[in-house]
Amino acid sequence: MAQIKLSNLKHSYLPSPQGPEDYALKEIDVTWRDGGAYALLGPSGCGKSTLLNIISGLLTPSEGQILFDGRDVTALPPDQRNIAQVFQFPVIYDTMTVGENLAFPLKNRGVDAATINQRVDEIAKMLDVTDMLDTRASGLSPDNKQKISMGRGLVRDDVNAVMFDEPLTVIDPHLKWKLRSKLKELHQQVKATMIYVTHDQTEALTFADEVVVMQEGEVVQIGTPVDLFERPQHTFVGHFIGSPGMNVLPCEAKGDRAIFEGHEVHLEGPVQGTGGNTNLGIRPEYVGFGETGIPAHVTKVSDIGRHYVVSAIVGDTALKVVSEHSAPEPGSQVFLQFKPEQSRVYRDGWIATEERGT
Amino acid sequence: MRTENQRAWFFVLPVLALVAFNALVPMMTVVNYSVQETFGNNQFFWEGLGWFEQILRSDRFQAALGRQFLFTALILMIEVPLGIIVALSMPRKGIWVPVCLVLMALPMLIPWNVVGSMWNIFTLPKIGLLGYFLNDVLGINYDMTQQPISAWITVIVMDVWHWTSLVVLLCYAGLVSIPDAYYQAAKIDGASNWSVFRYIQLPKMKTVLTIAILLRFMDSFNIYTEPFVLTGGGPGNSTTLLSIDLVKIALGQFDLGPAAAMSLIYFAITLLVSWVFYTLMTKDDAE
Amino acid sequence: MRKRSLIPILYIAFLMLPIYWLVAMSFKTTNEILSGFSLFPQTFTLDNYITIFTDPTWYWGYINSIIYVTINTVLSVCVALPAAYAFSRYRFLGDKQLFFWLLTNRMAPAAVFALPFFQLYSSIHLFDTYLAVALAHTLFNVPLAVWILEGFMRGIPKELDETAYVDGYSFPRFFVKIFLPNIKAGVGVAAFFCFMFSWVEMLLAKTLTAVEAKPIAAVMTRTASSAGYELGLLAAAGTLTIIPGAIVIWFVRNYIARGFAMGRV
Repeated sequence: MAQIKLSNLKHSYLPSPQGPEDYALKEIDVTWRDGGAYALLGPSGCGKSTLLNIISGLLTPSEGQILFDGRDVTALPPDQRNIAQVFQFPVIYDTMTVGENLAFPLKNRGVDAATINQRVDEIAKMLDVTDMLDTRASGLSPDNKQKISMGRGLVRDDVNAVMFDEPLTVIDPHLKWKLRSKLKELHQQVKATMIYVTHDQTEALTFADEVVVMQEGEVVQIGTPVDLFERPQHTFVGHFIGSPGMNVLPCEAKGDRAIFEGHEVHLEGPVQGTGGNTNLGIRPEYVGFGETGIPAHVTKVSDIGRHYVVSAIVGDTALKVVSEHSAPEPGSQVFLQFKPEQSRVYRDGWIATEERGT
Repeated sequence: MRTENQRAWFFVLPVLALVAFNALVPMMTVVNYSVQETFGNNQFFWEGLGWFEQILRSDRFQAALGRQFLFTALILMIEVPLGIIVALSMPRKGIWVPVCLVLMALPMLIPWNVVGSMWNIFTLPKIGLLGYFLNDVLGINYDMTQQPISAWITVIVMDVWHWTSLVVLLCYAGLVSIPDAYYQAAKIDGASNWSVFRYIQLPKMKTVLTIAILLRFMDSFNIYTEPFVLTGGGPGNSTTLLSIDLVKIALGQFDLGPAAAMSLIYFAITLLVSWVFYTLMTKDDAE
Repeated sequence: MRKRSLIPILYIAFLMLPIYWLVAMSFKTTNEILSGFSLFPQTFTLDNYITIFTDPTWYWGYINSIIYVTINTVLSVCVALPAAYAFSRYRFLGDKQLFFWLLTNRMAPAAVFALPFFQLYSSIHLFDTYLAVALAHTLFNVPLAVWILEGFMRGIPKELDETAYVDGYSFPRFFVKIFLPNIKAGVGVAAFFCFMFSWVEMLLAKTLTAVEAKPIAAVMTRTASSAGYELGLLAAAGTLTIIPGAIVIWFVRNYIARGFAMGRV
């Protein structure tokens, strides 16, 4: 178990990178607490898998350091870092039985037979695979295979961290939640630091205590699932998390107001800085209908079960509204009310309003 | 899944007609000859299974068969491990890959008689590169036309030269199909190079290796042109493999009956051994 | 350069040595060859090649070989395509047995068939024609082509066929317009193998021809015996037989590894 610290980490796949666009990872500084459950969330190609491979030692970063409990491990090969990694596609040694698969990492490290048997039994019990220990691993279903590859990581009692690289990709939808809750359960039992890479917000938000959102090789926000939803630091986070994502509306900033399509909108606090490209960010959940407010034209209403998603147009700008109970007819004129404490201005993507009270 | 459809037979018909014409008619001719005796003039007499008995009991056939098995066993023992080693040490990607592959495949695209001639020229004492090197530089007495052992080594080395690349290419195809994640997982699990080979690479190569061994067995068992051009079966009968002996009897002595009986025995052995190989090597999958 | 790359380099060097020797010999004069050992041609000569390109018996040998190999390749792939499709898509009475029987023909020693082929093709008056050799070579090439193509076709999901039928394609139009482009690589590899095995096979080709369709191999052996020991000429003729193979393999270089695994990795 260890605290993991990444300091000034940069990586490029090119031998001599020129500008920032040549870097797959640009300046990463993160500290992960011992025993925490973290998720790395971002779209494909944002650099999250690169980051994961750097932590596990499969890649050496172009610049920067990785520290496990303050010890520099940047130059260590994977087997000396005591980490475990579960890959997108289950990696199974086909010719071995389930039990032999689980014992493999211990055997390679010269652990004695009695300890191996004891550990394998423990882990098998934890993963509910005791009854298949003697079967050939090649015939298992994908979810069981993925469990075994997880087990191979957990079987060592010296693991600093377990890393998951989109582990549920090949699992049937109805088994995904089962495996996910198994993971959560395992985390509580083994108390290892776990890092979970995914592009699926549901997986990230349900698994992790803290989520790292990445975009184009940069960390855009680190926070709890609630933080990410309630106060996105970047329009990307607002848009990427939530369904539908945050409305990002062009506006002008004026003190603690924003001017959107000629209408004044109250914000959570005063706007910092000047210039740049400003947008008003508000989640559809915090837009309501009222007797007065910003006039809008309803274009479409979708009933998605628990609530309605209403598409509307203000002036030339389209936005979405989530309504819990009732929805206006398509084609009708309505008035929109924006919750001031949830209305923020973003300058060039980054948050520019101050929280009231701070 | 494949669907049941009897009309699919129409698709197979052209192949069936072509192969049946080429395989069945000659096969019937062979069977016909094998049970008859002829003294020329197109007169045939019923001979029953006499030829089969005679062939199976003849020292000549048994010796040729023994040489054939020895030859096939030796080349398999050399080509398979060598092919695996070369495939393992090939680069996985980069500009050198197609260059390597094309160069390695080249020997297989040379007509078989040219392969024989080439090795003949290569090994001639005084004139050939290898013959000169062995005799005049290393001082080893090497002459293929005189010493059976030299002839044997040359025939074996020629076949290794000719066909090891088949094993290499098949194994290589199996190796590149292994996802990187397997190697990464093995690294994390602390596996040694031997473990990586034993538990990741070898299982992945199993199918292609089966194909390679089967093809090498069949083709080496049927080999004719290359050793015939190289040694003519000699010195003496030392490198007279089954096919060479068969052609000697059939075309040289025109003993149609014994030649036909021998053909059938020969074909039956090839089929049987191939089938045994195949079932042995695919047995694990069925479990 | 890492130590590991030494093995492929040494192996390729071993493969290239006899080829180099053949090529080097082809540029030597008969005098030089017989007078003793020389690593490089001392008096570089093109005489051997000039002889081949000016003597019709020689160059017709090549042309004959190329003609029957081409006929065989086209024929084998064309009949193998529908059969491979049937094996990869449908189950029908006796399919497994048929497939196995086809493959057994690949195992048949050519020597077994030499004499009966001679009689068969003589009796239907095809002896000494291109068609005879091309047809005889289908014995082992058609099963191989079916096997390779079936391997590649199995990799194409069946949904492709079904979607095309839903879109109103007729079977022949679907096969040519949609299916074939999808297994281009497989067709290329199958054609390559047919070319290869037809090009390198010499026993049947020699047995089934006399004058008109005589392959280069027959010309070579006849020269070797009749005109004494003209090693230079023989080497030049051998060198020229390597070229068509080298050209063909260059076309399929990107599929070569997968191709040799017959699409069955």
